[in-house]
Amino acid sequence: MDATILGAAVINGLLLGGSYALVAVGLTLIYGVLHIINFAHGSMLMLAMYGAYFLLMKAKIDPYAAIPLMVAAMFAAGYVLYRGLIGRFSHGKDENILLITLGLSIVLENVALFFFKGDSQTVTVSYSDRMVALGPALVPLPKLVSFVASLVLCAALAWFIARTDTGRAIRAVAKERHGARLVGIDVEKIFAVSYGIGIACLGAAACLLIPSFYVSPSVGHLFVIVAFTIVVLGGMGSFIGALVGSLIIGLTESLSGLFLGEALGQIGISLIFILILLFRPTGIFSK
Amino acid sequence: MLEVRGLRAGYGEVEILHGMDIDVAEGEVVAVLGSNGVGKSTLNNNLSGICVPFGGSIRFCGEDIAGANPARIVDLGLIQVPEGRRVFPNLSVRENLELGSYRRGKAARARNLGRVTRIFPRLMERFGQMAATLSGGEQQMLAIGRGLMSEPRLLILDEPTLGLSPILVDEMFELIGELNGEGLSILLIEQNAVQSLEAADRAYIIEHGVVAMSGPAAELAGSPDLRARYLGL
Repeated sequence: MDATILGAAVINGLLLGGSYALVAVGLTLIYGVLHIINFAHGSMLMLAMYGAYFLLMKAKIDPYAAIPLMVAAMFAAGYVLYRGLIGRFSHGKDENILLITLGLSIVLENVALFFFKGDSQTVTVSYSDRMVALGPALVPLPKLVSFVASLVLCAALAWFIARTDTGRAIRAVAKERHGARLVGIDVEKIFAVSYGIGIACLGAAACLLIPSFYVSPSVGHLFVIVAFTIVVLGGMGSFIGALVGSLIIGLTESLSGLFLGEALGQIGISLIFILILLFRPTGIFSK
Repeated sequence: MLEVRGLRAGYGEVEILHGMDIDVAEGEVVAVLGSNGVGKSTLNNNLSGICVPFGGSIRFCGEDIAGANPARIVDLGLIQVPEGRRVFPNLSVRENLELGSYRRGKAARARNLGRVTRIFPRLMERFGQMAATLSGGEQQMLAIGRGLMSEPRLLILDEPTLGLSPILVDEMFELIGELNGEGLSILLIEQNAVQSLEAADRAYIIEHGVVAMSGPAAELAGSPDLRARYLGL
């Protein structure tokens, strides 16, 4: 095996992992605080991607410039969804949240199918086809931007969770709700904020994906199955686990694509998923 | 300062407190005593806004707080250190204390951190450690420290000596005396009647959801009836 090809596959794998990172971090954050798998994660990503798509097509706003806008819009959407729907109708039962988010994903996908049809859409921006030399690899500029921006945003989120009062309250609520109420933390509001932040991650992910990826009503599945694997691999609720897991899964996908052929790239991911469930079902970074 | 009148409360359909009157005046230590299951936790959950009373009134510093949300009650300075400590296990000692001033006492956070770590030097030694790694006694200190961070006007201590060694129990009662000496009003909910009556100015004895006896702590401690029923003397 030529070292150059291998090196290029490694670099491409890491870049791919970077684009999974925000999706997985959002999922693990919601799980860590609310103790539920957000089944609406994929369809919310799809919605955000259409958002970024239409901002570019209709308002001529560059996807990268649209990041703050989409992050704010998706945060608001997540917050309102939690307050108005998920929190209200779950009556404090986790299994209800599960069903609500699952139902939500079905509704969103079919509404998208109704309005946007089943075709995939792609966008072209001036830098879509620009390639950058990165060691042995020649990589598309949007993928490099996506990787760097993902890591920067994850670091910013980690700082927020670690260093601000809201971040501390989010962590406190994750483990000790009664104690949190007694220091005056509005637990329901923190749930909504956490859900909002998890969904806001998708807003950023969508803007970073759209210059190099297609959008369709079912595009969310593609990412969310991978994101589930990453979250299980890293340890459910572990922030750093989601980040490292993303890179591992990106590498796995790229390397198994190299050795088994492009079409079979995802086999490696499934294999890792099975191995994790067999040997360390709590994930790498679980305590 | 705290005026509870005719408080009826419970969970779902079940009434546990059947009309309870309790007062705490500025600067007092008031003990609420009773064995397990007489309604002490129900009383606390209603005072802190976790539960909504069925009836009666709770006034704190002139404001009706019956059924108010817990955050509002914290804002007013009625702070509860709960039974079982309820510290945040996944946060460091420092972060636990910082969250004590999540709503109240935020401006003076740094000063109060200094004050609390002077009261509990052990917490200073454990400052960066996760609360889950602390011993039971240290967690109790942390829970009280977290309560003090919110600059309480009235501090409710719910079974602070539960599960502590006899030496630590003595230290806890000493601390209650010291905090009260600095002017803090304290409502002490306890099963340990002997020492609580020594530490308190006044006391209420709760039985089956009503106040069975009340009065100056020294008087109650001397009451033959109480000594026979409660203290086993």
